[in-house]
Amino acid sequence: MQWLFTAIASTSVLCVFLICAFLFVNGFGTMMKIGVVDFIFGTSWKPLNDVFGILPMILGSIEVTLLAFVFGVPIGLFCAIYLVYYCPKKVYPKLKSVIDLLAGIPSIVYGFFGLVCIVPALRILLGGSGKSIFTAGFLLGIMILPTIISVSESSLKAVDPAYYEGALALGATHERSVFFASVPAAKSGIIAGVILGLGRAIGETMAVSFVIGNQAILPFDIFSGGRTLTTNIVLEMGYATDLHREALIATAVVLFLFILIINLAFAFLKRRIS
Amino acid sequence: MMDDLKVIQKDKLSSVLKAFVKISAILTMAILIIMVAYVLIQGIPNLSLKQFEWKYTSDNVSMIPALVNTVIMTVLSLLIALPFGIGSAIYLVEYAKKGSRFVEVVRLTTETLSGIPSIIFGLFGMLFLCIFCKLDYSLIAGVLTLSIMILPLIMRTTEEALKAVPDSYREGSYGLGAGKVRTIFKIVLPSALPGILNGVILSIGRIVGESAALIYTAGTLPQIAANVTLSGRSLSVHMYALLSEGLYVKEAYGTAVVLLLLVIVINALSNLLAKKMGGQHE
Repeated sequence: MQWLFTAIASTSVLCVFLICAFLFVNGFGTMMKIGVVDFIFGTSWKPLNDVFGILPMILGSIEVTLLAFVFGVPIGLFCAIYLVYYCPKKVYPKLKSVIDLLAGIPSIVYGFFGLVCIVPALRILLGGSGKSIFTAGFLLGIMILPTIISVSESSLKAVDPAYYEGALALGATHERSVFFASVPAAKSGIIAGVILGLGRAIGETMAVSFVIGNQAILPFDIFSGGRTLTTNIVLEMGYATDLHREALIATAVVLFLFILIINLAFAFLKRRIS
Repeated sequence: MMDDLKVIQKDKLSSVLKAFVKISAILTMAILIIMVAYVLIQGIPNLSLKQFEWKYTSDNVSMIPALVNTVIMTVLSLLIALPFGIGSAIYLVEYAKKGSRFVEVVRLTTETLSGIPSIIFGLFGMLFLCIFCKLDYSLIAGVLTLSIMILPLIMRTTEEALKAVPDSYREGSYGLGAGKVRTIFKIVLPSALPGILNGVILSIGRIVGESAALIYTAGTLPQIAANVTLSGRSLSVHMYALLSEGLYVKEAYGTAVVLLLLVIVINALSNLLAKKMGGQHE
């Protein structure tokens, strides 16, 4: 029987291999055709004129991810600290199910909420159309909260309580003991959680597509519209043909490379912890 | 015990940090409450019986066909993914030698798989299943794509559940003369069942909420798919279609309410199971 289970266990290896093979074979050929430099560093995306430069989308993806980092990481980390060091026993299960539910809400519902609630609110507060890179980053910041909270929480829980107790014994307050003894000890786990969250943010498609405005322009102003790698694919794949379609697949390859780098960094950090 | 030690005089920095910690926890709760309340309060008045009629027409964008397709896709995806996910987990826990190269590779690829965004799965499904395997936009292409997506989730939850089964169960079974395979199927798997079920529930949640991976694999046809080689939209894809057409915001509100309620029920079920599991092996 062992051979059967071994064969089954190789399914995931096969799947990853197939995904890499199909994307890379389709994508790299196209990049060569368009020209790697023209494709990756090209600043204009005009499918009708066969001009395919995805720099605006690459920068858009990076900007929304950084904004998600700014909004999501502090709140997520502090919330994880609350769960581990402050939370009364009665509140804990409630807060935990809130976080589970945040993780379970479909991205299309996040996008809808963004569209009907956050966009109008920001339109009043900041002016403009309300759809912008800033809005997308804000929404993504909410969406990555559960990832950051749960990974940070488990790495904080794994810290030897002797760190905390030692700091208290030396006369530090509860807060100082937590923040200057326990949290630094959980550093690599927290960073791993943040990296995982960033992976989620850069790969998010549906929610972003409703709130970012989708203009394929260089995103110099975060309060105006932009476009990410993911939304570029989902918006145009439906009607794209020929080179345009191939260029979209090549866009996915660039996104996939970003994700692979993020994943490898995460795997590396996780191995280092254990 | 921590509470007894918290009597030391506070300084300014400590108070600020404490305030930040509490504000963050409150914000996290508030975000969810605002979101759920907003969608429900705005959405429920927009729900009408008309949206639950059997047929979809352009006058009445009923969500029932999408709901039926979602159920079909969920069941089929689980049927395909479960044997592979559970089998892989059995290999990792019961058979694999610690530290072998192959195990490392399986773990790394599983992690990679769980980090791949759904739009990439969707494109892969389109390139491999719809075009290369000539399945076109079809329910089965969507189902296979979903199966790959939930594979790592099922593997992880099953692996944890198998690991939680005490070794004394296995030893007892061997002691009574049972072989390895019999021990796995008669003793270990039944004891791990609640954990595996929890994985199933989480997978259902993932499938119900999925849209990006399905648009270009299962397509967006708003009818109940008569067989698996035909295109059919799921509930999330239905909502995406309504929103991107821009004419049906009212109906989109209704769909959002249904989706949200589904997710809340799925989460509650998962919590219930987790609670049950907590006391199991004690």
